[in-house]
Amino acid sequence: MTEGRRQKAEGRKGDSPIHRFTHSPFFIALWFAMLFLPFKGIEGAFVLFVVLLTTVFILRFLAGYIRPLKKRLQDAGTLIIQNAKCKMQNIGAKSLIFLLILLLCLPFFAKDYFIDIAILSGIYIILAQGLNIVVGLAGLLNLGFVAFYAIGAYSYALLNTKLGLGFWTALPASVLFSTVLGFVLAFPALRLRGDYLAIVTLGFGEIVRLVLNNWDSLTKGPNGIGGIQRPYLSDIPLGKLSYYYYFILLFVILTIFVVRRVYSSRIGRAWVAIREDEIASSSIGIDTTAYKLYSFAFGAFWAGVAGTLFAAKMQFVSPESFTFMESVLILCMVILGGLGSIPGVIFGSVILVMLPEMLREIQLYRMLALGSGLVLLMIFRPQGLLGRR
Amino acid sequence: MFIQQLINGITVGGVYALIALGYTMVYGILELINFAHGEIYMLGAYLGIIILGFFTAVGLTSYSLPLALILTFVLSTIFCASYGFTIEKVAYKPLRNAPRLSPLISAIGVSIFLQNYVMLTQGATDKVFPHVLENEGFEINGIRVTYIQLFIIAASAVLMIFLHIFITRTRMGKAMRAVAQDKVMASLVGINIDTVISMTFVIGSGLAAVAGLMVAMYYGLVNYSIGYIAGIKAFTAAVLGGIGSIPGAMFGGILLGLVESLSAAYISSEYKDAYAFIILIIVLLIKPTGLFGKSHEEKV
Repeated sequence: MTEGRRQKAEGRKGDSPIHRFTHSPFFIALWFAMLFLPFKGIEGAFVLFVVLLTTVFILRFLAGYIRPLKKRLQDAGTLIIQNAKCKMQNIGAKSLIFLLILLLCLPFFAKDYFIDIAILSGIYIILAQGLNIVVGLAGLLNLGFVAFYAIGAYSYALLNTKLGLGFWTALPASVLFSTVLGFVLAFPALRLRGDYLAIVTLGFGEIVRLVLNNWDSLTKGPNGIGGIQRPYLSDIPLGKLSYYYYFILLFVILTIFVVRRVYSSRIGRAWVAIREDEIASSSIGIDTTAYKLYSFAFGAFWAGVAGTLFAAKMQFVSPESFTFMESVLILCMVILGGLGSIPGVIFGSVILVMLPEMLREIQLYRMLALGSGLVLLMIFRPQGLLGRR
Repeated sequence: MFIQQLINGITVGGVYALIALGYTMVYGILELINFAHGEIYMLGAYLGIIILGFFTAVGLTSYSLPLALILTFVLSTIFCASYGFTIEKVAYKPLRNAPRLSPLISAIGVSIFLQNYVMLTQGATDKVFPHVLENEGFEINGIRVTYIQLFIIAASAVLMIFLHIFITRTRMGKAMRAVAQDKVMASLVGINIDTVISMTFVIGSGLAAVAGLMVAMYYGLVNYSIGYIAGIKAFTAAVLGGIGSIPGAMFGGILLGLVESLSAAYISSEYKDAYAFIILIIVLLIKPTGLFGKSHEEKV
């Protein structure tokens, strides 16, 4: 349809009085207020009505200005990102070193509370990088990613408290265990198409959580396992918060290094090819099933690492930390920053760990904001904040 | 014991089937797993309690209980249908041509939003259904059947029959089937796709509202988080029957209810919620198209 004809068609539709009425700010505000009415009574609905009416009016009023402005802003945005990228390439090494020094100095000037958040961000960065491999690179929606995280955490918890194994002996074992489980789940699940895969992984995540919750003799059920040891570095116990911070930083750097190498390797390119077009990539000789399997297992590997680190940090694990909402949160980290982009995912994880801490006063509303934020993000910037198309 | 569990299973299964219909209709037309559908069911339960509570305060329930109940059903169905309609317009319509991941994530967002919306406005504690109905019933040979159970089974059956007639006999039903088969072709023969999609959401949400209200009556307690687990189970039922197939959803719901109540009684009730997932995984692995589904060929 040509532009002119489309405008004419829209014009015709917009001319009918019913259409004009149902798209008027008054009607829109009234509609939402009516929907809100049973939940908060007449007063609440009235407040919502007034707020919506003014917002819609202002938006309508600005709409004429916004469209050219939006275009200009988008152009400016891409320009800034491009510029930043050029600059990053020039001073990339310098700024990276600066950032590293900043991160290294952090424990000297920051409060314990802040270091605690930094450690948590580090763990989530590792976790989100793992999920990014599955969702961002290979394009497989995994809604049960938290299961591997849980398995990593519980493996370390059990190996440590029941068998008395130290961190360094337990780490390979628990990571291996979650990787193998990633393989085991992926093996049958990968025959399924996108949405079904998402649901099966979701089911897997729930089953793992239910087993952890109900297998009282092994996992102590909902009470969780406490008294897990912090890791030792040769003879130094990493009990102090700042020591553990450096420890996590080391792991984060290692993760980013390895993931970066894998991204630009043959495997990484094969994943991207599968995400873009599965049939085309199989026709040029990529064994799609095998590569999908690798992506699942590799993602699960990092989840296992993050889980072990989490258990060692908290010294306590319980099924409560591994709910479906946690999976969604990790997914949000990956999506917010930009699917498939390493800096984007780091950015997303840090933001989503920091934000709730900073917004403690309006904590009740943060899940509300997360939900609506997801919808808005999908509508206005589906590639994520730092992603590219 | 066995027959008792059978009756309980059919009761719960009827509810699952009603929710599953919404999933299957939306999936048939948009190929979208509507994660927010479980929350609509939860909204239905809450709206029922709120509206009936209002009628009790006004004095309508003491004046005429059946009238109050009928009005409650009608009003909460209308409200939920409006919610479904609005959700589609706000969260899914702008994404109709987006990559397939986007609407799915948007649906997860809506689901989180609605859960917290209800939690913030109605509180995090359990809501109690107004005590207007006595939990009466009758016993035959030690098998207890309550009137509410009978009502649920009858109402689900009637609604399913109506839906079946609607889909197979009316113009709108025909249009829905056409859009489900091929959107572009349907629009070429003059079907307004937007109307059909809105109608699908309205009907699906209305059915979920009835299901939610009946569950609130049956258990007497609701919570803002009931939507998630019920939604997943209903989705399992839809997949079990073959997603996109309406008789499949009905059959799958009842089968799932039966399996759940029988396995909770004879195997272990601790893992009651896990059976649905295990069945889901097994079905998807053995016969991904479900019991009644048609297989898709992937075209290059």
